[in-house]
Amino acid sequence: MITREKLAGGLAFLFAAAAAPLAPEWVVSLATIAFANALVVLGLVVLWRTGLVSFGQALYYCIGAYTVALIVRWSGFTDAFALVALGGVGAGIVAALVGFLLARYREIFFAMLSLALSMILYGVLVKTETLGSTDGFSVSTPSFLGYRPHGEALGLSLYWFTLAIDAVAAVLVGAYFRSVAGSLATPIRDNEIRVEFLGVSVTRIIHTKVVIAGVLGGLGGALAALTIGHVDPAMSYWTTSGGFVFVTILAGAGSVAAAFVGSLVFEMVRSFAVDIMPGLWQMVLGSVLLLTILFLPDGLGSLVARLRKREEAKP
Amino acid sequence: MLTAFAILTDGLVYAAYLFIVAIGLTLIFGVMKILNVTHGSFYAFGAYGAATAVGIYANADWPAALGFLFMITLAMLVGLIMGIILERGLLRLVYGKDEVVIVLVTYATFLILEDVIVLIWGAQSYAAYQPMVAAGSIEIGDLVLSNYDILLVAIAVVLAALAYWALKYTRQGRLLTTVIFDRETAAAFGINVTLVYTATFVIGAMLGALGGAVMAPKISVTLGIGVEVIVLAFAVVAIGGMGSIEGALIGALIVGICRAAAVHLAPQIELFVIYGVMALVLVARPYGLFVRAQPRKI
Amino acid sequence: MSLYVRIPFALAALASAAAIAPAHAQQAPIKIGIVSFLTGPAASPFGIPGRNGAEIVLEAFNAGKAPAPFDKVGFGGTKLEAKYVDEAGSVQNVVTEFRNLVQRDQVDAVVGYISSGSCLAVAPVADELKALTVFYDCGTPRIFEEKARSYVFRVSPHATMDGVGAARYLVAKKKNLTSFSGINQNYAWGQDSWRDFAGAMKVLAPKATADKVLFPKLFAGEYGAEISTLLTSKSQAVHTSFWNGDLESFTYQQSARGLDKRMTIIMTTGEAGMWRMRDKLPDGTIIGGRGANGPLARDTDINKWFHQIYMDRYNTPPTYPAYQMAQSLLGLKLAYEKAKKGDAKPTTDEIAAAFKGIEFTGPAGHVKMALGNGHQGITETAYGTYKFNKQKNMPEIVDIMRFPAECVNPPAGIDADKWIADGMKGAKC
Repeated sequence: MITREKLAGGLAFLFAAAAAPLAPEWVVSLATIAFANALVVLGLVVLWRTGLVSFGQALYYCIGAYTVALIVRWSGFTDAFALVALGGVGAGIVAALVGFLLARYREIFFAMLSLALSMILYGVLVKTETLGSTDGFSVSTPSFLGYRPHGEALGLSLYWFTLAIDAVAAVLVGAYFRSVAGSLATPIRDNEIRVEFLGVSVTRIIHTKVVIAGVLGGLGGALAALTIGHVDPAMSYWTTSGGFVFVTILAGAGSVAAAFVGSLVFEMVRSFAVDIMPGLWQMVLGSVLLLTILFLPDGLGSLVARLRKREEAKP
Repeated sequence: MLTAFAILTDGLVYAAYLFIVAIGLTLIFGVMKILNVTHGSFYAFGAYGAATAVGIYANADWPAALGFLFMITLAMLVGLIMGIILERGLLRLVYGKDEVVIVLVTYATFLILEDVIVLIWGAQSYAAYQPMVAAGSIEIGDLVLSNYDILLVAIAVVLAALAYWALKYTRQGRLLTTVIFDRETAAAFGINVTLVYTATFVIGAMLGALGGAVMAPKISVTLGIGVEVIVLAFAVVAIGGMGSIEGALIGALIVGICRAAAVHLAPQIELFVIYGVMALVLVARPYGLFVRAQPRKI
Repeated sequence: MSLYVRIPFALAALASAAAIAPAHAQQAPIKIGIVSFLTGPAASPFGIPGRNGAEIVLEAFNAGKAPAPFDKVGFGGTKLEAKYVDEAGSVQNVVTEFRNLVQRDQVDAVVGYISSGSCLAVAPVADELKALTVFYDCGTPRIFEEKARSYVFRVSPHATMDGVGAARYLVAKKKNLTSFSGINQNYAWGQDSWRDFAGAMKVLAPKATADKVLFPKLFAGEYGAEISTLLTSKSQAVHTSFWNGDLESFTYQQSARGLDKRMTIIMTTGEAGMWRMRDKLPDGTIIGGRGANGPLARDTDINKWFHQIYMDRYNTPPTYPAYQMAQSLLGLKLAYEKAKKGDAKPTTDEIAAAFKGIEFTGPAGHVKMALGNGHQGITETAYGTYKFNKQKNMPEIVDIMRFPAECVNPPAGIDADKWIADGMKGAKC
């Protein structure tokens, strides 16, 4: 089963990579953003499997983005590989620090405390007039190990770069899900105390998950900063976090792939809603979310699982 | 001295505003364990409803007090209808799902209702200042206070007292307390939890709408007012303890006074006050000031 | 997974096909993307008036009914087709939608954007895509100061002149000013507005000191503590760059407590709200409108024309965002027509070249694309004092003072912040 899943994922990855040059440019850039955001969603999936939801994941997203933007601004260093890695590390360090605090919290309190932390960062950035306050500032175009593309080539490079990082993240997170700590997620969600009776520190596991989610959030933010070419404090605002949680529910926590599919579908729906109903796109988004929760409670990912089950049922 | 007095009065007024806004949210959370994002919509609909009512009574030339009552009534009626529709039509379907999923349900509803406002009232903003102007002002030393602000404080006090009395001294209130304490045991003892849920949600919705209604004369009723209120109310409720009415009161007072002090003494930090206080309180007391840590169930 | 990837791609292909299809009519219309807030708090005061301004001006263009020299049908004889897009959402969404307009919908030009954040994010993308873009309302001078732009233009002047103009008016009207305060929203617009105003005051009235400097949260709605603070101040004037929702809330709350009886309020964007606040806006308030817009505009034929068509359609006078939109579209039209040789459609590069340094007179007065290497317009600005005319039951702005463009804008090549800090040298008043 596992090999089949990996095969499907690999094929999907190759297809997504190969289709890009044929797709119109705007689709590529839309998919790049979707796949960058998917990393944040993947982080939320990691948390959600333990029953935790962060309404402040934008904190790491914003830190990743600002790390990249500030390095480019102050040093002129533009190598995407190093920048994105540093964005992930920066967010990871912050996650490791606040993790000491957050790992003690559960349920809605976990959500609220993460929200408070991200809003404090928002406040600090709004106050920092030298960084343009709420207007933010722009990020120059990146280079890739010395290669400096422009125009369409830049879009494709960013897309493939994002896809590659996604693939690495997906494989690693997939491996984590199958590890002991990863598979304890659902038991922790269902009954923490019993897990502790097994001799496992739940706090430590949750701390690890906070850090994993933080790193993924930072990577996503770093990629988004390079793709958009602009960062602003709203990246840390609670509505941004809300959007990510939205996609997580849409995608479902069932599988790693769901995060990517969910993120892409979300961006598509949002963009088409804005296109078709410019004044009422929020209503479309809200309705999609409601319908998903009501009729697809386990998210888009569960569709795949259902199909698979049907196939298995065949003799 | 003047500054100290100003901080106190401003803090009280702001605390009253926060309490009125937060009480519905904390009630619904206490009973139903739902963090209700739609609360922002109740607030907005209350404010829009109030603005409509003020438009009607300003044209009809009614006396101010009557107009004010009309405004409150109409807004709470809006809350009542919305509460019933949402609870019976939607939330009923998702009880039993993950708490967080229910938050998302209310978030989705909030997104939809934001656009429903545009459909009903259009994108333009509304003014409803007549009640505040009619209330006038009084001068205390160098400071001029609006009587409407004093009325707000009075409303908050009445609401708090009413909630205290209802929960402690009425049969329904005691039943509610039982459900808050332990839903399953309460159901086992024959309390109609479904009915309690519906009633709570409807009352919460009416309180949310009331918050919007009493604020409407002070503000420009415009798109997006609900968003601002949600996080503010969340913060107050998280500080006081989710689901605790006295917690919401204390939370509102703390935030109100801290914010007023910041505006007068150190305007630079005003932006951080609410979230700073919230983070500090949560670090010291993870479940808020007025909620005891729950024993973990095995 | 592949199935789910393919569906959006197919949808995308369909959509782009649908977008291109009507282009095969006899003469392809010129497509213009109009981006403005259609939802959210900025919709009512700015987004909708801006959009409405675009609608009637484009209609007048298509009917060939705009006054000379704007009387050619559409742009140089080719009809126009507008697509309206919401600016609400994150910067990410704004950039994505901009790309969609340019690459999916293949618009010939984009006119829009109210938030400075949107403009700063869109500008580099516009240059990268070589897409002609005209910003209409956003105010930050950073757009052309941080980097030279090739395809980005802004006919509307940047926000520096709002602060400088307000300071000049205040100093001219209040000779014995010793102290002033400020209440501005705690985000880029509010911070920049205050910095410009306070900087200009330092140059023009060095003896006056800034007393209370307040920055409440954006969309706070409740200003009790701020009003108390101002009431305890001895300032003779208070500066605010609040805009509608917050401006109205602040106005109602302060009038209930009589702040305006103690000090003069200067509202740099007051014009956009005066038709709604009417007699609730205190008499004597100093009013600006981001330039000589609305009642601050000169009584010219083209202004009368614009005012009339807007009134006829929407039954309310146009406010400054509508003026800014009209000015932007007029500028784009002239540039297009200047670039057009014969029957062929001019290329984007030709239009951009023609746009540079263009001069024309619109409803809001004479524009000269003088800054940012010919990409940024300057106009005169005006401030006045508000008065509610009870007989006519109508708001009025009296005591209007006009400041020439070169008096309130930095000379070409000098950053606005630096110009103010260095004493506004070279200002021709």
